[in-house]
Amino acid sequence: MIRMIGEQDYTTVAQDLLTRASKQGATAADVMVADGETLSVQVRMGAVDRLTKAREKRLGLRVFFGQRSASASTSDFSRDSLERFVQETCALAQAVVEDPVSGLPEPGQFATELPELHIHDSTKLQTDEQIALALRAERAAFAADPRITNSEGGECDSSSGRIILANSHGFLGHYANSSFSLSVSPIASDAAGMQRDYWYGVNRSFAKLESPEAIGQEATRRTVRKLGARKAATGRVPVIFDPEVAGSLLSHLCSALSGYALYKGASFLIGQLGQQIAPDFVTIYDDGRMPGGLGTRPFDGEGLPTRKQAVVERGRLTSYLLDTYSGKKLGLPSTGNAARSIGESPSAGPTNFYMVPGTTRPEDILASVKQGLYVTDLIGFGINMVTGDYSRGASGFWIENGELAYPVEEITIASNLKQMYSAIETIGSDLVFRGRIASPTVKISEMMVAGN
Amino acid sequence: MTNNETGALARFGVTDRDIEQALGRVKVSAVDYADLYFEYCQSESVSMEEGIVKRATKSVGQGVGVRATAGEKTGFAYSDELTAKDLNIAADTARYIANSVQGPAPVPVTHRPALARNLYPHDRATIEVATRDRVTLLNAIDAEARRYDPRIKNVMAAYNTEYKVMLVATSDGLMVGDIQPLSRLQVTCIAEENGNRQVGTFGGGGRIGLEYFQNDQRYLHFAREAAREAILNLSAVDAPAGVMPVVLGGGWPGILLHEAIGHGLEADFNRKKTSAFSTLMGKKVASEVCTIVDDGTLPFRRGSLNVDDEGTPTSRTVLIEKGILRGYITDKLNARLMGIPVTGNGRRESYQSVVLPRMTNTFMLAGESDPQDIIKSVKKGLYAVSFGGGQVDITNGKFVFSASEAYLIEDGKITRPVKGATLIGSGPDILKQVSMVGHDLKLDEGIGTCGKEGQSVPVGVGLPTIRIDEITVGGTKASS
Repeated sequence: MIRMIGEQDYTTVAQDLLTRASKQGATAADVMVADGETLSVQVRMGAVDRLTKAREKRLGLRVFFGQRSASASTSDFSRDSLERFVQETCALAQAVVEDPVSGLPEPGQFATELPELHIHDSTKLQTDEQIALALRAERAAFAADPRITNSEGGECDSSSGRIILANSHGFLGHYANSSFSLSVSPIASDAAGMQRDYWYGVNRSFAKLESPEAIGQEATRRTVRKLGARKAATGRVPVIFDPEVAGSLLSHLCSALSGYALYKGASFLIGQLGQQIAPDFVTIYDDGRMPGGLGTRPFDGEGLPTRKQAVVERGRLTSYLLDTYSGKKLGLPSTGNAARSIGESPSAGPTNFYMVPGTTRPEDILASVKQGLYVTDLIGFGINMVTGDYSRGASGFWIENGELAYPVEEITIASNLKQMYSAIETIGSDLVFRGRIASPTVKISEMMVAGN
Repeated sequence: MTNNETGALARFGVTDRDIEQALGRVKVSAVDYADLYFEYCQSESVSMEEGIVKRATKSVGQGVGVRATAGEKTGFAYSDELTAKDLNIAADTARYIANSVQGPAPVPVTHRPALARNLYPHDRATIEVATRDRVTLLNAIDAEARRYDPRIKNVMAAYNTEYKVMLVATSDGLMVGDIQPLSRLQVTCIAEENGNRQVGTFGGGGRIGLEYFQNDQRYLHFAREAAREAILNLSAVDAPAGVMPVVLGGGWPGILLHEAIGHGLEADFNRKKTSAFSTLMGKKVASEVCTIVDDGTLPFRRGSLNVDDEGTPTSRTVLIEKGILRGYITDKLNARLMGIPVTGNGRRESYQSVVLPRMTNTFMLAGESDPQDIIKSVKKGLYAVSFGGGQVDITNGKFVFSASEAYLIEDGKITRPVKGATLIGSGPDILKQVSMVGHDLKLDEGIGTCGKEGQSVPVGVGLPTIRIDEITVGGTKASS
């Protein structure tokens, strides 16, 4: 909704900032510019609830004065403001202490070819089309079961954006991406009370988004089965994580493998590179070039090429997630995992991060458990990344003789992540990408459940 | 108009006429209410690790959000450009929900009250501390934590500030501005002994300036507290699992109230009847010793505001009085739809987000018990004094919060420290389990950030020492 500025203009703005920083005495610099537009539609109980429309832009500058460095960001691109912005960023850099490891990557390391990765779909949805999709998803959720009596609503979002990265070593890269998502959150009720769950689809290509009916029906299936949930007994049992919550175990792994957590001594996986951290049937990849992936990008937050690499191979830890800085601190090269928020120095994180599926069907994993817990939801932040200690609120189903017996809630599951990765007993065959991090069903041989 | 607003308007470079015209375009007859929210925000962060201050970042942003509400519908658009043309485009977009052509005439904005009070009067200079002063402070923190105990192997600390100027103009003809400073100092220590590594954190802040951290060398106290917690955790034993009595210490453990009660009493969830509290107004939801308020009017607190983001002065709202559910937390939209008072809790993260009913500072009033007697009353249980985050499922009422410093109580005495564990309970039931409330009400240090619908806002909590007769503790050790 603001005036359009062409891609060419942003490239010029970026290069102009590099020139100005150099004139101020900066020995090196990089600039990242992002712009994008979003249309978000929320409906509730069959009517429009909220419409949000916006177009925004932001620019981040990082400057180096020798080994001193600072970063800054602004949304004000006017010439006068940018001049002051460069001056202030340079002054900030000169006020901090020298860090011998700081700096841009070496020339020659940067991405040179930018392959087609299918992460941008130029489909433009009209407001009314998005309203119709969200209404259909909510309607399908209500139609699927009479116990759906209320709703937190349906939501359909579309967004597209561009990233431009330029630095004083001469790298200049840009790419565009898009995202389409549809979700619905129905509420079921019976005499015992209310339960809520939700289901969603998200894709870079509009054509590949699941149908509103499929999303609505799955949301209802997940919601009504929670009705009548009770507490479970305290004790040690096998725990099966459904794919949605199994993905959180991979997120924690990413946090522990971030170069920044490792060199600060704030990870439970320090010194584990090359060690066996899981059984030999566990293999985990990070793939920044997966076509159409939600974590796919041609270059990382420093301009280095992304790639596909095994992070855990047959149970052995084969790679950390590193950018240039954290890599140097650990004596290792960058793995092309620099993540970047506009106006911040890089951090290290995953691209598309997933566990290779096994051959066991999820229902067969269930059948292997006599007494245990099937987890579908986790809440809270009870994870200590330094020690790996794990204690979170959970809900799901109690398993008796290989079948889901009844829904459970108001319980916790606890262990230590290091032990949990080692105690992976079975991996399901059901891997579906629904985000940047994806996992099949995972069975952990034993955890402490606290309930009654 | 006060100097405050003149300053704010000058900052945004927008004229009264631009504002009144944009409001006129959006406030058609089918629109119940519309507002323009202008914001300028500058934030700065300086951080230290491995003994050197190596990172400094600064972020500047400004923009306007235009909102229209019609019945239950909200239309919203925002822009980071502030010309009259951009205002009008945003106004036209927000009006989409009303299916109407633009309004015929400007809406006069004539009610321009001065702020009735200033809860956080500061010069900009005391908030935007010179980088070298931040560096000095962070270096001293590093030295103090390492001096505390040689087993402290790494110290990470950050000094973050935010200087926000807001101006809201509404279709009721109201225009009010505020300057909202915010500072926070956070210290994390990692201790190591024989391959056992543990973490401790401490932080604090509020709508305060550098002098707050300098008074009585408070920043060194922060360093010692983070170091103390890390060292303490070196000797922590496995936490117990199962249902047991728990004593919560004062201050930040008030996160219990935020998760168990506060979110469930936000008006939007109750209007939609999606909250576990939707049918409980006037009913008993806590024991008689519990009175809980949300109060945005406490000077210098992190959760306080002179006016909320719809221009309503903040207030003190009684949520639970002697165990009976008395009030909801409201913004204008939900108050209008529910026919209940506006409490001044309409908040937004920035001009890029819509207003939602949100908490400010939420706490339980002091009771009459001696904190020592509360601990003595427990034969076997847990004493938890520091927590990480928490979360709640509004609909079934189940909430969690995770202890980061806790001890076993054995025969009425505090004995060994235990590893962190998550506590889980049910919002509408848990406060019925509160049997003793201490006379030692304490507010938290000023570190809370609340997330809702993807929006983060600063909040405060507070609690006296309390005894909960039964709650599930998520440790790893089966009770003997």
